[in-house]
Amino acid sequence: MRALILRRILTSIPLIVMVTGVTFVLESLVPGNTARAIVGASGSPAAYDRLRSQLGLNNPLWYQYWHYLDQLAHGSLGTSVFTGEPVSTLMNQRLPVTLSLVLLATGFCAVIGIILGVISAVRGGIIGRAVDVLSLVGLALPGFWLAIILVAVFAVTLRAFPATGYVPPSVSVSRWLWALVLPVIALGLAGVASVAKQTRDSMKDTLAREYIRTLRASGIGRRSIIWKHALRNGAIPVVTVLGLVFVGALSATVFVEAVFVLPGLGSMAVTATSQHDIPVIEGIALCFTVLVVIVNLFLDVVYGLLNPKVRRS
Amino acid sequence: MSELAAVSRPEAPPSRRFLRRAVRKPLGVISAVYLVLLTLACLLAPVIAPYRPLAEDLSHVQAGPSATHLLGTDELGRDVLSRVLYGGQLTLLGVVECVGVLLIISIPVGLAAGYLGGWVDRTVTAVVDLLLSVPAIIVVLAVLAVFGSSMTAAMVTFGVLGSAGVIRVVRSAALSVREELYVAAARVSGVSEPRIVARHVLPRIAGPVIVQASLFAAIVLAIQTGLAFLSLGVAPPAPSWGGMVGEAANLIDQDGWLLVPSGGIIALTILAFGLLGDAVRDATVEGWSARSAPAIRAAAPARRPATVSEPGPPVTLQEASILTVQDLSVEFDGPAGPVTVVDHVSFTLGTGEVLGIVGESGCGKSVTALSLLQLLPPNGRISGGRVLLNGQDLTAMPERQIAGLRGSAMAMVFQEPTVCLDPSFLAGSQVAEVVRQHDRVSRAAARKRVLELFEQVRLPDPAAAARKYPHELSGGMAQRVSLALALAGRPAVLIADEPTTALDVTVQAEILDLLRQLQAETGMSIILVTHDWGVVADICDRALVMYAGQIVEQARVRTLVRQPHHPYTLGLQECNPQRWVSDVSDAGLPVIPGTVLPPALWPDSCRFRDRCRFASSDCGQGPIPLLLDTKDREVRCIHWQEVTPARSA
Repeated sequence: MRALILRRILTSIPLIVMVTGVTFVLESLVPGNTARAIVGASGSPAAYDRLRSQLGLNNPLWYQYWHYLDQLAHGSLGTSVFTGEPVSTLMNQRLPVTLSLVLLATGFCAVIGIILGVISAVRGGIIGRAVDVLSLVGLALPGFWLAIILVAVFAVTLRAFPATGYVPPSVSVSRWLWALVLPVIALGLAGVASVAKQTRDSMKDTLAREYIRTLRASGIGRRSIIWKHALRNGAIPVVTVLGLVFVGALSATVFVEAVFVLPGLGSMAVTATSQHDIPVIEGIALCFTVLVVIVNLFLDVVYGLLNPKVRRS
Repeated sequence: MSELAAVSRPEAPPSRRFLRRAVRKPLGVISAVYLVLLTLACLLAPVIAPYRPLAEDLSHVQAGPSATHLLGTDELGRDVLSRVLYGGQLTLLGVVECVGVLLIISIPVGLAAGYLGGWVDRTVTAVVDLLLSVPAIIVVLAVLAVFGSSMTAAMVTFGVLGSAGVIRVVRSAALSVREELYVAAARVSGVSEPRIVARHVLPRIAGPVIVQASLFAAIVLAIQTGLAFLSLGVAPPAPSWGGMVGEAANLIDQDGWLLVPSGGIIALTILAFGLLGDAVRDATVEGWSARSAPAIRAAAPARRPATVSEPGPPVTLQEASILTVQDLSVEFDGPAGPVTVVDHVSFTLGTGEVLGIVGESGCGKSVTALSLLQLLPPNGRISGGRVLLNGQDLTAMPERQIAGLRGSAMAMVFQEPTVCLDPSFLAGSQVAEVVRQHDRVSRAAARKRVLELFEQVRLPDPAAAARKYPHELSGGMAQRVSLALALAGRPAVLIADEPTTALDVTVQAEILDLLRQLQAETGMSIILVTHDWGVVADICDRALVMYAGQIVEQARVRTLVRQPHHPYTLGLQECNPQRWVSDVSDAGLPVIPGTVLPPALWPDSCRFRDRCRFASSDCGQGPIPLLLDTKDREVRCIHWQEVTPARSA
């Protein structure tokens, strides 16, 4: 178990080097680089040159990258070429928004998806078909479009939820939740379906196992068999799906935050892209990668907790 | 019939076979046709679109659908249908670029990894694992930031990053083909490696690759339209599906209609890619299962019909019998309707008696045992007869009431002890749950009782065993824990279904000893299902011999051994490897010729006739009844008087 976690952490180092390296190489590939973007087509060559040396762009690429990694090791992600503020400061303001969104969406998928999956495994029938339809809908509707439809129906027409904006939980927990209901649904609907499907499949598989028959033969009640024994064993593959749901929701924040005008990392990435603000994108790429690594690590632990064969080896 | 045709013509290459199967999926076909038509319509947009995509008509702004504008107009009076058609060019081009890059990378790399193995495989696998953790969308955004608004650059990047998943699929497919016999045969006969790959490997990976490409196309479409929606990668006046959603989103407080055609075409197209992928996958999977074995589909669980128990012949009731089974029949759903696998079985079990049920696999012994506790799988059910436990008919009870009797009145242990314990819970806590279910005691009291039970089943170190997971127990220990689980409710009847078959020979004897001791200590009755005459002679008082769903002989064990009346009983005893009945003959171990037929083929007349050396033409004349010669002796054979002398011959 401990070895597994250690290996995860060690393999994440090349991952981080790769992600940051890729963005660096990309940047150098094109002549119209950051400095040109800032100065603009009409800027004077002198201003361009000055900016280039100021940004350290005249140094060889490996040197620039080394410099970046060195800074990174000291906790600095560079500064936004657009606002001049440190990238880490910008991201610190926005990380809570994205994290609330993605964690709530993953939790939403886990709770609703597992309940739907268990019921459809045990009962089948209408709920089973509903899960099938939901998974088609979840697959077909792109998150950004679903987000707009949710805004049109629940915010504009019914006025049940706010259309845009974010309230930090430190101001008001209830308004924080209220503001995130629609974005969480837009992010999570596809995930609910895939969690429900996986839960149903693995529950059906588990319920047909010999040990379930043994437990029934010993007089254990139906509720304990379904929700304790079958779910505990059936949940192992669901954990993997939840990891994918988290990564999917994290990626989808790029689109969904834009629709709901939420000041998170996703919308910051979009703005930075249109402003050619490479340091900011690099920072966000790094942050997303680290989040994925942390979640995978967390899932490994959960996986081990659920599976004694992993834990005790 | 077409399924049969596909199976019976093995010379058709696998790729063509699954295409044929894929064609039979209506949703898959509809999706494919839709995608082809959509692509054609978008390519032909300059010809078939009613308007230019940028032609503004400020006198018809945001008009709903009409005869002149089939899908209405947008905020600048541009025709929505024309913009959908022209916009599709860019969107679909993006999908083609991305999926193209994906295939160009993943097929050769995956093939190389799977087919060559070694360091190539290790390197590829390591890189793929890394790529799978990269948040692709952010890298795509970084590319867009660097390359200005080049959708092509974005799509190529996404294709590169997405190839990781497909490389995995191609690799594992190539790996499995490499091990196949026909590939090895081709290699031995000197076919060159590239030829083997082209002729044998590529067709096999075609199915999984089409599935992956199709499902990936659905994702790409969502990403591409999402980027266009954010005005990334597409310059605004140019039409694109995502951009049209963006324009419509700005107007949601005035007019919701514009969201429908733009979002609708995206949703439909994503759905088509997804359904196409699912259809091809189903076709591929069916192909595999059709090749390995004829698929038997379990029909939906049907409700148990109300049991109509005909007044059968009076059962010989022993004094103080605890369990009486009358005319019990069990049927399973087969491909051609229900099949009876247990046929009018009647017997009684006396208090403290150990009753053996003997027969080969497929004779209905285990099904009989499972049906007593109503633990049949969902596609099986009791179709007739009664099971009387202390005079109460279990077949007439609702499930809830039966559940209350399981473990306390009747408990069961099974053949494979290690898979019969929940792998996620400690041995001790599983037994404790059962204890608490029956005794309603505190956790501490339950723990104490678990240790007592573990001592009762002679586990050497009860406390240590309680702290072990099932995978940490040996087979013999696991069977002892299973026994503890069964004993926890202090059952009056214990049903043991081949409890020693999966164990080592030395452990078998220990478990049998234990069963005998437990019976003596608790006074419970035991039904022991086994195929082993040694076990029967060792511990049973009486035995039923079952053949093809019927009882063929029933008597006290000593009588059965000395004077078998049924040819099947005789045959079973003769071919018992332990040879406890007859002297070792020079002819080696005798066998009963033939095998038990599948239940659907059981005849009405004597079912053992084809394998029987005593068979005569009379045996085929209708059903053979159970002949009752003495008080507790039954035999289903018209030649029984010839059998007993043959035993000693």
